[in-house]
Amino acid sequence: MKILVCMKQVPQKDAPLKLSEARTWIREDVSYEVNEPDAYALEEALRQKEKHSGEVVVITAGPARAQQVLREALAKGADRAIHLEDSAFVGLDAFNTARAFASAIKDEKFDLIFTGLQSDDYGYAQTGVMLAELLGWPHATIIMQIEKTDSGIKVKRELEAGYFQFVDMPLPAVLTIQSGINKLRYATLIGIKQAKNKPLRKVTLAEVQSAIGENLQQIERLYVPQKTKNTEFLDGPPAEIAKKLAEKLRNEVRVL
Amino acid sequence: MADMILVVVEQREGRLNRVSWETLTAGQALAAETGWPLEAAIVGSGVGSLANEVASKKVGKVYDIESAKLEPYTPDAFAAGLKQFLESMQPKLVLMPHTYQVRDFAPKLTTAMGRTVISDCIGYKKDGNKLVFTRQMFQGKLAADVSFTCDPPWFVTFQNGAFRGDNVEAGASAAPVETINVEIGDNIIRNKPHEVFKEAKQAVDLTQAEIIVAVGRGIKEQKNIEIAKRLAEALGGEIAASRPICDSGWLPMDRQIGSSGQTVAPKLYLALGISGAIQHIVGMKGARTIIAVNKDSEAPIFEIADYAVVGNLFDVVPPLIEEIKKAKAGA
Repeated sequence: MKILVCMKQVPQKDAPLKLSEARTWIREDVSYEVNEPDAYALEEALRQKEKHSGEVVVITAGPARAQQVLREALAKGADRAIHLEDSAFVGLDAFNTARAFASAIKDEKFDLIFTGLQSDDYGYAQTGVMLAELLGWPHATIIMQIEKTDSGIKVKRELEAGYFQFVDMPLPAVLTIQSGINKLRYATLIGIKQAKNKPLRKVTLAEVQSAIGENLQQIERLYVPQKTKNTEFLDGPPAEIAKKLAEKLRNEVRVL
Repeated sequence: MADMILVVVEQREGRLNRVSWETLTAGQALAAETGWPLEAAIVGSGVGSLANEVASKKVGKVYDIESAKLEPYTPDAFAAGLKQFLESMQPKLVLMPHTYQVRDFAPKLTTAMGRTVISDCIGYKKDGNKLVFTRQMFQGKLAADVSFTCDPPWFVTFQNGAFRGDNVEAGASAAPVETINVEIGDNIIRNKPHEVFKEAKQAVDLTQAEIIVAVGRGIKEQKNIEIAKRLAEALGGEIAASRPICDSGWLPMDRQIGSSGQTVAPKLYLALGISGAIQHIVGMKGARTIIAVNKDSEAPIFEIADYAVVGNLFDVVPPLIEEIKKAKAGA
């Protein structure tokens, strides 16, 4: 099985975000981490390779800093990496990102492509499905289990409210992976050492420019959401906060 | 090109998904705002009675898009059927609920049509002559107003709970229903779905709980769950968690609150170390009182909290347990 995993670098979950001057994006000076569902997608690819042999390739789009995500993936066991390196990739809409990826892998022959089910920054939940359509492949979303079968794969889709569904599908295919599908591994020291010698192909914006177009949607403005609720902040030393909370629980919430 | 708003309602296995009423409410509001006529469509096989149900609402017309190949649901058939219909209708705006099913086919449909979908929106605004759609970004920490820069049809999906489904306006008389039979080729459906099933019966029904103490990433380690359990016990409530905690196996999956877990509306929801990602909030925003403890003052959970404590839960919870015990002993 030759598997491509699409990964994204996103701001750390508890990093304070500041708006850029144009107020259409955030300032770059925050800490970044790998998009969580993508980490599960990578883990699943590594497990499939361990079961069925093959190759795991990781791909990302973003400025130089995004290489960190690929290095970590290589240290965990991915075989090689592709980096679409340009800060302009950050501003692409999902359709253009999918087109850039499709263009960058046009000479490759993958059996499976994994993406996380959505990103923690934009949260569109679109790129994987669009990539499948551009490649002419079938897809399935929000996947919790993957088994190889004689005719392709059998996957378990998560539906809403605790429902699930198994789906048989042929290969090649694109799957968007749900967090929690597996238990993540840590990179080993040997893995980190070996990662330094693994191939990392860089792709410039110019190389994929002809495949992408103008964004079809754009962020007019980004802002801190207006509060809809009248929130009362309780402060002081912990003992005092505890007293205030107990008082609210007794007199306002009336559960004591 | 007709200046028309089309709401695609959702049915699964012959039943109308209630979230469809929310999308229809959004469509009615947008129709009032823009003056564009509102129509609706349903996609499936033998779903005419559901089309009639939609036709009882204030809507100009309902299209029943039919093919035997649309049951069971597959993204291939839904995208193909809708593409055929939309290319002949050319509506200006297509609204859908942001469900797992729509997430599965809408990006495929829009890509096939060379269009885009602004997904998971919570509202809209009219910005001069331009329509912008508001969506949450960065897990709800920021919001964005997003516009289309392409030709219609424009696709928008609305988040569960963004509009009130019970506000949907009934029509003065039933709207006409037109059946559209779409041709779906024999070999275009590649996925073979099995029956939908529910995992082993849920052991705890959190929807019945009056008081819920929920933990998130801020709990840091599995052993720290104990402190939250003690608080739940003191309050006489149930323990629950956000998705990452259940993913890590620190609490069983049937304790999970959110879009992929249970949806609750207790009297009290006490959120410990929960940042308040959208997927969690949709599962608990109906709680009567929300108390949130989080060390990150920008955590989105504070947007919906009634009482907020910016601080370390490990400092606040132990004395709180003592205060509650004291109060209960005195009562």
